[in-house]
Amino acid sequence: MDLYKKTAHELSSLLQKREVSSEELTRSVLDRINKVEEKVKAFVTVTGEQALEQAREIDEKRARGEAMSPLAGIPMAMKDNICTKGVTTTCASKILYNFVPPYNATVTEKLLEAGTILLGKCNMDEFAMGSSNENSGFFPTRNPHDLSAVPGGSSGGAAAAVAADEAVFTLGSDTGGSIRQPAAFCGVVGLKPTYGYVPRYGLIAYASSLDQIGPLTKDITDCALVLNVIAGHDPKDSTSAPVEVPDFTRYLVDDVKGLKIGIPKEYMGEGIDPRIAAYLKQAAAKLEELGAVCEEVSLPHTEYALPAYYIIASAEASSNLARYDGVRYGLRVEAEDVISMFCKTRSQGFGEEVKRRIMLGTYALSSGYYDAYYLKALKVRTLIKRDFDQAFLKYDCLLTPTSPTTAFKFGEKVNDPLAMYLSDVCTIPINLAGVPGLSLPFGTVEGLPVGIQFIGKPFGEGTLLRVGYALEQNTDLTKPKAQMEGVI
Amino acid sequence: MSAQYEVVIGLEVHAELKTDTKIFCSCPTEFGGEENTHVCPVCLGLPGVLPVLNKKVLEYAVRAGLALNCEIASFSKFDRKNYFYPDLPKAYQISQYDLPICKKGYLEIEVNGRKKTIGITRVHMEEDAGKLVHGGATIATSRYSLVDYNRTGVPLIEIVSEPDMRSAEEARAYMEKLKAILEYTGVSDVRMEQGSLRCDANISLRPMGAKEFGTKTEIKNLNSFRALQKAIEYEIERQRDILEEGGKIIQETRSWDEGKGVTVSLRSKEEAHDYRYFPDPDLVPVVIDPQWVQEIRDSLPELPDAKRERLVQEMGLSEYDAGIITGSRALADFFDQVVAEYNEPKTVANWIMGEFLRLLNANNLEVAESKVKPRSLAALLKAQAEGTISGKMAKTVFEEMFETGKEPETIIKEKGMVQISDEGALAAVVEKVIAANPQSVEDYKAGKEKAIGFLVGQVMKETKGQANPGLVNKLLKDKLG
Repeated sequence: MDLYKKTAHELSSLLQKREVSSEELTRSVLDRINKVEEKVKAFVTVTGEQALEQAREIDEKRARGEAMSPLAGIPMAMKDNICTKGVTTTCASKILYNFVPPYNATVTEKLLEAGTILLGKCNMDEFAMGSSNENSGFFPTRNPHDLSAVPGGSSGGAAAAVAADEAVFTLGSDTGGSIRQPAAFCGVVGLKPTYGYVPRYGLIAYASSLDQIGPLTKDITDCALVLNVIAGHDPKDSTSAPVEVPDFTRYLVDDVKGLKIGIPKEYMGEGIDPRIAAYLKQAAAKLEELGAVCEEVSLPHTEYALPAYYIIASAEASSNLARYDGVRYGLRVEAEDVISMFCKTRSQGFGEEVKRRIMLGTYALSSGYYDAYYLKALKVRTLIKRDFDQAFLKYDCLLTPTSPTTAFKFGEKVNDPLAMYLSDVCTIPINLAGVPGLSLPFGTVEGLPVGIQFIGKPFGEGTLLRVGYALEQNTDLTKPKAQMEGVI
Repeated sequence: MSAQYEVVIGLEVHAELKTDTKIFCSCPTEFGGEENTHVCPVCLGLPGVLPVLNKKVLEYAVRAGLALNCEIASFSKFDRKNYFYPDLPKAYQISQYDLPICKKGYLEIEVNGRKKTIGITRVHMEEDAGKLVHGGATIATSRYSLVDYNRTGVPLIEIVSEPDMRSAEEARAYMEKLKAILEYTGVSDVRMEQGSLRCDANISLRPMGAKEFGTKTEIKNLNSFRALQKAIEYEIERQRDILEEGGKIIQETRSWDEGKGVTVSLRSKEEAHDYRYFPDPDLVPVVIDPQWVQEIRDSLPELPDAKRERLVQEMGLSEYDAGIITGSRALADFFDQVVAEYNEPKTVANWIMGEFLRLLNANNLEVAESKVKPRSLAALLKAQAEGTISGKMAKTVFEEMFETGKEPETIIKEKGMVQISDEGALAAVVEKVIAANPQSVEDYKAGKEKAIGFLVGQVMKETKGQANPGLVNKLLKDKLG
């Protein structure tokens, strides 16, 4: 029995019935990591010994008959920008190569309380800036479906780990599509929750007003189970929404009758691989067959989302990343005086893409340019949010591709930042609006997974899980896994 | 000040708020403590942390704003002020930029008997930075510097005045009044020597009658009233000399060199920072319920001006005495408490203005640090009024009270200082003194009134100061006819 292949909910029932122990399960996943990690390189840090120890503790608790959460004993991993007390957290940046946080992120705390087992920390684009994992300050992660293709970014390591069965589930972060685009490239489920639904405390900030932590899982049921643990108000996060969180498993019903689904025409035009567009139509047809109503809708300001995003995200990043100066932790490059020390540390510690965005953001906020760039971008953001508000007056959710293409090859876009930025064109507006987005695998093109994206109303995660679940129950296109055999 | 120029002064004052915990985390704000012990991931700005506003900070900022007659914004927000410095752990300071919590206020000052209203542009909240401890004598000669982050995240309000002051005296009077108001409202402990009240002064000169402002300079970190006044006076002279010689003032930041008594250039406008202010995305906007503002308004104590008025009108103190006593809340409270026990305001004021302030100043102590409690001073004054001790004794007793904190009754008893008012007991001493000083007796009889003073002194000496001087005087006069 290959335990590592199973979903969390399958494993949960095995653990509850005592058919397997968490230690056995953890060992199985660690063995899998040993076997395939050399090819995939999804992890920056693996904490095998600690994981086994944790698993034994959970097994003991279970033996004592203590009450357990459904995820107790399940091995998982986290993107390396989520703080873990005592475990190196690097953001895949040389500047934080040795940073060991003295505290846990709220989501880490919640997952540990739920009894999940931390296997390690996943690779990413440095400081979550990138769409291919080629910007990792350490090494690139590979797509388990095709080792010459990128896993997407910036949660590429977290998506690849789930796809390659190196973790039962992982947490990523999504600022402009960083959970959903790699989920699509790697053929797993990825959810970017509503802004403020999942606490950001302990998530090393890229762009504070856009960042959101979310799960990468093997299926929709697992997504609901993880969301149940990580969502909810956090007094340590002022932007955390003071709302009640439902039990998301109650949305796992095979029924979409009467749901109204809008398909924004702006997401179906130029630049979208026609084979992906075809899958999207197939998904819509299936949903109609199941009783939903799908219609074309317009989100007229979509074309301005990308420039607005790069202004806002870069502006916030230029400020958020200013603290990495070599004074208190991380890399320090010695120099004759303090200013030179700042400069050398930052020059050597940050990679190209991070520097590009810091420069862009610094420029956009500087006096004389603030109104023309930053303020204008904020106005665009309002218009984009209004587009969604309008659409949701009529529709329960929206359906779009997650990415215009499937996973591209290493090196294909790395020297053309603008082409790279375009790979997030379908996901970025969702972050600007603060609404939730779910990427669900749906078929493959030339052996590489395709992702479709459902966009929900604020706090409308339940509806997204519902449509995703209905598709999972009614078509095999949501399980692109079989293709992977033989690659790794 | 030369007649042909008018000086224009505006002050920016930073006051540390007297909250128990920091502005965005629950670390203690307590002054002192071993370096880097009052810190946590949040105030150290570690990767991933988020700020959460301390509601008490908001309350204190509103309280200060109300006491300074400001409008309180129902909607305000926090912004980031970005700059690199080793004592600033996030490389930005969380502050307020275009939407401060309070604006459009004023306070009244009085200089040489003339009252004047000084406008307050704004009051905003912000976090303090840490402190650098240099390895050598100065920053330039140190091989290394250490950082203490205990102060990082201590809440501040910045109070920005309108450029309404026209002399160093006015600036000082403004600062003194501001200090008193902040102390009365209880929002700050206003200790300039500990840096909990700091001041930057903007100074420019313009030809008399001109409407346009001249080029200004800013003097940073003036940490005493004396420094404030001296630095402004120096800077006015410096600018006037330049202008009179046909030169131009350079817009720059200067610092006050206390030792040399001069201001020196720190940096020019060309090197000025571009702080790249923008709304802090980690903090939600501050939305205030007017009901809450009203509650704070209702809880404001009697402020210095009102109190001074009351002391003059109802207690008959002079304007001058009332001004000094109400200049500090601690002193005014002390006064009130003594009067509550011993209702002779003028006597109490004399004692406070005289002995009490003299000893405080001589020992460099704050009112709060005094060992003498108001109740004890009242007891001493009662003893004097009842004739138990003489005025001179009272001063001796007070000195000991000040030193030891003992109750007056205890000291009087210990020293056997009870005044002798028994005529029979004194008569013998008086006889003795008359017999021993025939010359003085003769002088007195010959009309030299002064001689009686000498004889009284001798009786006092014989009785070790315990004789009731009034009674001795009477007895002597009776005897000598």
